[in-house]
Amino acid sequence: MLPGIGPVNAIAVLFPIVYTLEVPAATVMILFAGIYYGSQYGNSISSILLNVPGTSAAAVTAIDGYAMAKQGLGGKALAMSAIASFIGGTLSIFFLAFFAPILAELAINFGPAEYTVLMLFAFIALSSFSQGSLLKAIISAFLGLAIAAIGIDSTTGVSRLTFGMMELYDGIDFIVVVIGFFAVSEILIMLGQKDSDQSKMQPLTSLWITFKEITGSLATSLRSCVSGFLIGVLPGAGGTIASFIAYATEKKILRPNQFGNGDIRGVAAPESANNSASVGSFIPLLILGVPGSETTAVMLGGLISFGIKPGPLLLETSPDVFWGLAASMFIGNLFLIILNLPLVGLFAKILQTPRWILMPLITMLCVVGAYTINGSEFDVLLILIFGLIGYFLRRADFPLAPLILGVVLGDLIETNFRRAMIYSGGDVIIFFESNICITLWILAAVSLFAPTLISSIQKKVHS
Amino acid sequence: MRKSMQSILGILTGTAIAATTMLGVAMAKPGNTECIAPAGAGGGWDFTCRVPAAQVMGDMGLIDGTMAVTNMSGAGGGKAYAHVVTKRGDDENLIVAASMATAARLGQNVYSGFKASDVRWVGALGADYGAIAVHKDSEFNTLGDLVTAMRNNPRRTAIVGGSSAGGWDHLKVLIVADKAGISDLKAINYISFDNGGTAMLEILSKRADAFTGDISELVEYEKQGNIRILAILAPDRIPAVPSAKTAKEQGYDVIGANWRGFYVPKNISDARYNEWVDIVTKVANSSQWADLSAKNGLAPFASFGKNFEDFVGGQIGKVAQISTDLGFMQQ
Repeated sequence: MLPGIGPVNAIAVLFPIVYTLEVPAATVMILFAGIYYGSQYGNSISSILLNVPGTSAAAVTAIDGYAMAKQGLGGKALAMSAIASFIGGTLSIFFLAFFAPILAELAINFGPAEYTVLMLFAFIALSSFSQGSLLKAIISAFLGLAIAAIGIDSTTGVSRLTFGMMELYDGIDFIVVVIGFFAVSEILIMLGQKDSDQSKMQPLTSLWITFKEITGSLATSLRSCVSGFLIGVLPGAGGTIASFIAYATEKKILRPNQFGNGDIRGVAAPESANNSASVGSFIPLLILGVPGSETTAVMLGGLISFGIKPGPLLLETSPDVFWGLAASMFIGNLFLIILNLPLVGLFAKILQTPRWILMPLITMLCVVGAYTINGSEFDVLLILIFGLIGYFLRRADFPLAPLILGVVLGDLIETNFRRAMIYSGGDVIIFFESNICITLWILAAVSLFAPTLISSIQKKVHS
Repeated sequence: MRKSMQSILGILTGTAIAATTMLGVAMAKPGNTECIAPAGAGGGWDFTCRVPAAQVMGDMGLIDGTMAVTNMSGAGGGKAYAHVVTKRGDDENLIVAASMATAARLGQNVYSGFKASDVRWVGALGADYGAIAVHKDSEFNTLGDLVTAMRNNPRRTAIVGGSSAGGWDHLKVLIVADKAGISDLKAINYISFDNGGTAMLEILSKRADAFTGDISELVEYEKQGNIRILAILAPDRIPAVPSAKTAKEQGYDVIGANWRGFYVPKNISDARYNEWVDIVTKVANSSQWADLSAKNGLAPFASFGKNFEDFVGGQIGKVAQISTDLGFMQQ
């Protein structure tokens, strides 16, 4: 639940210990997977209740989750998050078990051109996060793109927007952006409010999620699980993109919806997609030996030094590792939901904590979180600067989700576009050549025009 | 009343920030001996501190007590470098993990003006040698074939690697091309990927023509028969891939060693410096390290003291020359 203290650190620190203890490889992988897995849920608690997402994916959950919390529905949102995570996480394990080798092919065939089109597709999602003014959403996204540009450009080796500051050569860590713009600005906004405004936060009315709410969001969870898994398989995309795309897709498909104002399906979509994507990212790791995330990269190092070679034959050579992993994920999911559902009420109590206790505590979490990422005081300074900028943006009604989307997509879209252009010698035809590209273009077109089409059809039916 | 509540809130919040910042400073205080890994947990520098330094030196009783490992990431090692030069210049109990990447960055002058001579170089105790590979169906069968393509048709020869442009994977190809007498190094078509793994996907899918990386990244793919290693940039053949020819065998005398080693602050006594050289030499020659380094994909590579300082100096000069030619030099 600490922002910034992610699974990467936990795994890297634990690794030498288990190595010395000579624990069997399968056990180690299961332990690592458990950590990887458990840390996902903690992040949604703080993003729903406090609007303090600890990861980029949880930033999407915060949109509707925090809106629900403000209406006194924080308990429902937490329960939904646990249930959707369970659905996404569990179903995707079956995908992993049955389709791993086939999907590994997808990861191989997904080149820079395909990534570029996928990211463009994700950018169309921007309009879903506009909360009114599209212009403000675009400005916010551009600010995100500018932040993404900071650092040494990997394609040319030239430093950009670093102002000669050594600390900026590596770019800005994503979590720093999230903590600064979301959490610190939230603290500043709370500081600016009168004490009596706390009553704006409705008392917890209905803590328990109803059966109808679960079934009502089931389709959303299932769809998001499938799309999240497919995106998770791609080593260059990951959970954040999966969350954003799932949220935007659901917002477009579902009519009517309250997305942005506390729709429970707005919590289900990113949570299911994110968990499903983290399972999907094991496919390139296990079958191709290519880590899809920082955490899986550390796990890969672990596997290799235990003499386990990832590859197409892993299922045959080390079935204990593969099935042990699948089983541990399933049990992990089960435990998370068993532990979390009864505790929802307790977590939700956080909201009733007096503000003079809660705020210094959140502040401390933010500072510790920012410091731990790189052990750098510079990052602490950055969250304060970003918090101030975020405060003014929010006061002026700029949505912050597009900014996060800009930071995530900025680097991916730019580097992949340039890689594709270097391959093709500058010919844009490369973006229309493969079947994957064409499919993505069709999906993008559908998602762009579907809402208008649906509403015009509805109008015709009515008239 | 409300106003005072707000200011109390403000004070508490401020105190929280101050307290946690102090906590950070307190955590960084060294114990007995300390090894700084200039990157986060899990990477190569972290390994250099945790395994050969903290673990092996401790097990062999070469240091008093336990060695603390501090992760100080930032600016590709530049933050730690600046910290050591400006704040810890005479700390006799401090060593810092370094690698070829440290030398490359010094050569490109990206450590805000700090030079290699601002610290003392202790030694290296292992290396991951460079390698160049292609898809098993590739038309290139030897390093010479690839060099010819880079010379005659550079724009159509896409070379992928896991470092950024100007980084070590890129430089290795350029050093080979330079050795082969290719004058227009700028025309060579290098495409940067996030890591060796994602770059390898470009070879497996046949989108790219050649891969530049380290041997440890290639061993598994070679065993599975998916790729062909054109050349390894090592002085001799490597047991892990016995059939892979060295570049030298093929007439290109290039060694690309991503070595792992240490530097210490500049102003420590000569006696203490010699002690550190002695300690690192003992670790490098130990059977425990031989076992651990092999498990982690490192080949033997030993260079200590004065020899090592000269070696690093030479590497930095080479990187500086190529980087200046190509415009990767930071002013």
